Amino acid sequence: MTDIAQPALTKKDFASDQEVRWCPGCGDYAILNALQKHMAESGADPAKTVFVSGIGCSSRFPYYMNTYGFHTIHGRAPAVATGVKVANPDLDVWIVTGDGDSLSIGGNHLAHILRRNLDVNILMFNNEIYGLTKGQYSPTSPVGTKKKSTPMGSVDRPFEPAQFAVGSQATFVARTIDQDMKHMSKILKAAAAHKGTSFIEILQNCVIFNKDFYATTVEKKVRPDRTVDLTAGEPMIYGADRDKGLRFNGFTVERCAAEEADVWHPDTPSHAPTVLIAGMRDDPEMPVPVGILRAVEAPVYETGVNAQVEDAIATKGAGDLKELVYDGEIWTVD
Amino acid sequence: MTPPTAQDTSAGELPLQQLDRVVIRFAGDSGDGMQVTGNQFTRTSALFGNDLATLPDFPAEIRAPVGTRPGVSGFQLQFSSSDIHTPGDQPDVLVAMNPAALMVNVNALKKGGIVIVNTDAFKATDLKKAKCDTNPLEDGTLDGFRVIEVGINSRVSEALADSPLSNKDKQRCKNFYTLGLMYWVYSRPLEPTLEWLEEKFKGKDDLIAANQTALKAGYNAGDIRELFQGQYEVPKATLQSGTYRNVMGNQALAIGLVAGAKLAGLKPVYCSYPITPASSVLEFLAGYKNHGVVTIQSEDEIAAICSAIGASFAGSLGMTGTSGPGMALKGEAMGLAISTELPLVIVDVQRAGPSTGMPTKVEQSDLLSSIFGRNGDAPMPVVAISKPSDAFELTIDACRIAVQYMTPVILLSDNFIANGAEPWSLPDLDSLEPFPVEFTAEKGEDFQSFGRDEKLARPWVKPGTPGMEFRIGGLEKAPSSNISYDPDNHQAMTDIRHQKVRNVADSIPTPEVDGADSGDLLVLGWGSTVGILRQAVDNARAKGQSVSRIHLTHVWPLPHGLDEIFSRFKSVIVPEMNVAQMTYLLRGELPDHDYIPFNKVTGQPFLVAEVEAEIKRVLDERAGA
Repeated sequence: MTDIAQPALTKKDFASDQEVRWCPGCGDYAILNALQKHMAESGADPAKTVFVSGIGCSSRFPYYMNTYGFHTIHGRAPAVATGVKVANPDLDVWIVTGDGDSLSIGGNHLAHILRRNLDVNILMFNNEIYGLTKGQYSPTSPVGTKKKSTPMGSVDRPFEPAQFAVGSQATFVARTIDQDMKHMSKILKAAAAHKGTSFIEILQNCVIFNKDFYATTVEKKVRPDRTVDLTAGEPMIYGADRDKGLRFNGFTVERCAAEEADVWHPDTPSHAPTVLIAGMRDDPEMPVPVGILRAVEAPVYETGVNAQVEDAIATKGAGDLKELVYDGEIWTVD
Repeated sequence: MTPPTAQDTSAGELPLQQLDRVVIRFAGDSGDGMQVTGNQFTRTSALFGNDLATLPDFPAEIRAPVGTRPGVSGFQLQFSSSDIHTPGDQPDVLVAMNPAALMVNVNALKKGGIVIVNTDAFKATDLKKAKCDTNPLEDGTLDGFRVIEVGINSRVSEALADSPLSNKDKQRCKNFYTLGLMYWVYSRPLEPTLEWLEEKFKGKDDLIAANQTALKAGYNAGDIRELFQGQYEVPKATLQSGTYRNVMGNQALAIGLVAGAKLAGLKPVYCSYPITPASSVLEFLAGYKNHGVVTIQSEDEIAAICSAIGASFAGSLGMTGTSGPGMALKGEAMGLAISTELPLVIVDVQRAGPSTGMPTKVEQSDLLSSIFGRNGDAPMPVVAISKPSDAFELTIDACRIAVQYMTPVILLSDNFIANGAEPWSLPDLDSLEPFPVEFTAEKGEDFQSFGRDEKLARPWVKPGTPGMEFRIGGLEKAPSSNISYDPDNHQAMTDIRHQKVRNVADSIPTPEVDGADSGDLLVLGWGSTVGILRQAVDNARAKGQSVSRIHLTHVWPLPHGLDEIFSRFKSVIVPEMNVAQMTYLLRGELPDHDYIPFNKVTGQPFLVAEVEAEIKRVLDERAGA
């Protein structure tokens, strides 16, 4: 009989036998933990799951998952994942990347995977720093970041990842926090359910090279007043006492009393609200938005690509090599 | 004996003069449709039964300013009644649609050759655009040539007086008038082109009618002998028996990729970023979707190879194609494919470099970068196509090596092969040897992701297979595929990667020597010089010189047996369109021989005469020494 229940997999079944090598206290441990938990709870099949990464601290991730994994080259995970997913759309593909990997060296590939809307999930660990090369500023570091390569402060303006993503036609954009397991689990679940590219920025603590960024924004003590968790159909309310609100006023977002807050819709035809909300991060007076920042439907790349092959076979018939070789004008010499 | 050519006859009243071979070059503005004209002449000649070889020569700019020298587009073909291997050193006939086309090409024309000029395009403004201070029709430039002046613009206008097309559109039929004229001169049938026009412009009856009328008008202009005093015939060639079609290199390569994947039992996934002269491989493959071909037009060169690697990781046959600058961009990802030992076919249609170089001109200068041009010790097999008619077979072999040895393979072509055309003796498809891939689906007792078979290839496990989950990457790994920084392991893995690629030589044939198996000189070539070298060596031997020839199709690893072959010759001449890269390779690999580099990097193929002269020079020098 085929109805013998397979024992459900646990979190441990998704852990590989490799020793995890991140710095003690690194936010990556929490993310790994959340992912393994998500895999077990969602009933994922390790054989059909592939983690693809680039280069950087975050990109060691695949080695620690007991699934298929491919640790590729710097910035190129989206391009590799595109080949994996087009070759076998049945695989559940996750990309693990960092702020440097995805927004600096791999910015082009990130833009294109988002516009193509490949059905994969991208976990972008954003710690606003280059960790593996020991602490240079990154494309998400604020202006004036003083590090070893910028002793007088960085002069270039940072990317706002969510704005980059929606500018690239992303269909699912979310932000969560490494130390908020409950929130992260919720976002992972929503991302996994989304058909198309899910872009999840995880604010991740680099305790060695960039602890301060984390301490003043989303660390547990300050989190209620410094972040706003956006939920579709709910008013934009935050604060330890849930008394603060946000509302749109023309092309700006402003603070208001909780009862005057606008309701958040991540699925508006225009992605303008996401751009405005994500832009709050530039303003130290405004909360950092987390939650689902954008969620719309669009055709999926690998489905379209493979459908064309099927259509061609349906209309022209399955190709015979002989037709291809003996094509056009043929003549015979005796 | 030199074969008779067009200019050798005094034509006179002879109704039909037989020629063995003719070289024609069509030249005009890049908007004049010279490539179409050349291709039609080629196609008709192929159908007629001539042997032929072509050399398209077009500007990199899509439309350089009209009438200027940089905007000149040319198409040369040689067609013959005997076996030929090259598009010909010097044209017998030059068709020049304007002064720029005349000035760019007239120096290549054979002494005493025929020049057909469109006199309507030699007005003062035309001369100025072509930077001619004086009119080349009058200033002696054409002394020594037989000049046939035709006012093509006005003749086309007359012929199309009744056509509803605009004057501008009527003038676009000029190339078919010219083609018609040349069809008459060389006794070609009109039907193939008349039929082609109907297919090409289906639904646009006015265009079909106008072009057909222009073609016939050109033919009739010859037929009533107002321009020429005689007509020529190049009889059918006695090709080896078989079934033939005319094929361009890039098309044969694309078909070879489909065949290679089929013989491996894999889905072909071709990922590429458009680049001259490789783009048409992507375009051909995109048309073969009903053969299960998946194509991705990637966002850049790096993405293209990375997606191909991803496809191979997932169990398809990943393929990518590019030209020189793209190869440079793909370097890091090639290393990833080498390190993870995934099969991959990387097509490099070489062009003149460095940097952007001359995108539409030929060169063989990616040889050493293909073999060595990556960070770290990163060995990879390299296969080199020689001509359109061997592209199919060698592309299949590149696929075979990739899957049998679990390695990326570079497949070198070049612009001369890619856009050149020749008759292809079609293979018996049933005789193609399949090399089906067997994915490893179960862990035996000693299973390791980087375990080895007798060839040193590792097992290929397809994601999706239960119980076989593993992680790979570009970090050095132990045989288990886990990361390893162990010094002995890195030594061992490096050695294995090298030996594995060396082992490919066990699966490729030793090339045959053309001519005597010992002697004074051996001419060694690789790639698209094959036809020229063959002709040059044939000619040298006909003069009694002790010269043989060998041609490499697998340039890395080198095939077994070369050392022994070379030892039977006093010297080895190595003609290449680069600055002696193969010579450099041979001196390192097989140092005990006398190599004489012979190099040319003008963006144009060698002339047969140049190679003959070098052979003579070396023999004379050796005799004198």
